[in-house]
Amino acid sequence: MSMVSVLAVDLPYWAQSLLRVLGGLVAVLLPAGTIVYVFLFKMMSFMQSRLGPMEAGPYGSMQLFAEVGKWLQKEDIYPERADKFIFKLAPLIVLASTFLLVAVVPFGPDAWFTNFEAGIFYALAVSSVSVLGILIAGWASANKYSLLGGLRAAGQLIAYELPMVLAVIGVVIQAGSMNLQDIVLAQNAGSIFGWDGLGNPYVLTQFVGFIIFMIAVQAELTQAPFDMPIAESELVSGYMTEYSGFRFLIFFIGEFATAGVFAMIASILFLGGWGVPFAWFGWTDMDSVDNWMNIVGPLILFTKMMLVVFVVMWVRFSYPRFREDQLQRFAWKVLIPISLVNIMVTAILKVAF
Amino acid sequence: MMLAADVLVAQNIGFGVIAVIMVVGALRVVTTSNIVHAALWLVTVLAGAAAQYVLLAAEFVAVTQVLVYIGAVMVLFLFGTMLTRARIGAEKDVNNKNWFMGVPIAVLLLATMLLALNDGFGDEKLPADPDTLVNTQMISDQIFGPYLLPFWALSFVLLAAVIGAIVLARRD
Repeated sequence: MSMVSVLAVDLPYWAQSLLRVLGGLVAVLLPAGTIVYVFLFKMMSFMQSRLGPMEAGPYGSMQLFAEVGKWLQKEDIYPERADKFIFKLAPLIVLASTFLLVAVVPFGPDAWFTNFEAGIFYALAVSSVSVLGILIAGWASANKYSLLGGLRAAGQLIAYELPMVLAVIGVVIQAGSMNLQDIVLAQNAGSIFGWDGLGNPYVLTQFVGFIIFMIAVQAELTQAPFDMPIAESELVSGYMTEYSGFRFLIFFIGEFATAGVFAMIASILFLGGWGVPFAWFGWTDMDSVDNWMNIVGPLILFTKMMLVVFVVMWVRFSYPRFREDQLQRFAWKVLIPISLVNIMVTAILKVAF
Repeated sequence: MMLAADVLVAQNIGFGVIAVIMVVGALRVVTTSNIVHAALWLVTVLAGAAAQYVLLAAEFVAVTQVLVYIGAVMVLFLFGTMLTRARIGAEKDVNNKNWFMGVPIAVLLLATMLLALNDGFGDEKLPADPDTLVNTQMISDQIFGPYLLPFWALSFVLLAAVIGAIVLARRD
């Protein structure tokens, strides 16, 4: 069982591996490109009463390729006193964390890269690796603004990782599994007081967890109002100040690809992932799901991802930046206590029912 | 007799490659003259350990290793050094004068570990059937079953550490 069995052909191991790598590239780069064009170029422009890019291609849809071309042409420069090896290594660590993250995302009943038993735990673990890249990027730039940005980023990501993990625990308790495929199954095969027309998406039962998770995602992605680490007005882009050309491009892709992957994980945890309520087609478990879901599933997941990213970007373009102390206080004194209460209530209800 | 089919060739090669990387990383941690570089070499060693756990099919332990050591401990470590002193380029006097005192302790620890492993497992091998391997649920059943009391004791140690940190951080 793998992505390949969709096509009903047996491929050799190397071909499967190659297919998985290509699939991973598509799963990371396609959402990133779509998010940048639809939300960063167009939605932001409309919200600010302007048109955004219009020249390159119809409605400026080719603008992204022009931008990538521009970045790739730029000279590869680094500060004279920078720690060159680490300076070059840092963006790669950030991007690698994104690619590791997408490896556990299921796209359909058989369309997954790895069906990891501790899936969501793994996702939370590898997402925290990107902090390392950001920290050493700030340090290796030999620039006070960069170092300050890197330190702010680390402080923020550590603070908001906790509520994120705690919010996920509610879902894990309810689904009884850390496997993302099992969580999808539990939601779509579930029922609300015996009515199974909607399945049982956890956004209903775990609404508090969903809100906390989305706030934590916003902070982990360093999107406004949590963009202290790259505050352009005070830190001139923080840890990214000294990066230009394709190294900046890697950071840029990393940021929006991670946004896409986190949105996918949010829709898997709370919105039913790639599935539709199984009762619609008379499915009962994973094996009875029809094979065409391997094609439709990724599209459903993509749609849900776009919805979640829309909310993230909407908040980003609407609210002003937090102050550093407000940001830390909000995480430690508001989000963490609420999520602890959420876990307690979920556990009690789980035992009671 | 050990047949060729019983030997996991790919796993053994993987083990060897990762082990070499880990040993080189460990040596570089103590020989490099830059604190941040040392921390990053330590990350290499810890990531190598996580990879070895994956080879042993202990995925929960591997993920915990990444989450705790790379995602939290090392980040905190780098955070601390960058806040206080972390210059770019080589530094003098990063070595402690009494570094040779560590050698007997390291040898002693190695001997204890070898003895314990050899005594505890001997010639035992991992079961080839993945279904009989320890999974996450079995670990939690053990923690919240027979090992509940030690688990609670450990949580109290952590609680004490948290309270200690608060006491140190408060000014009044």
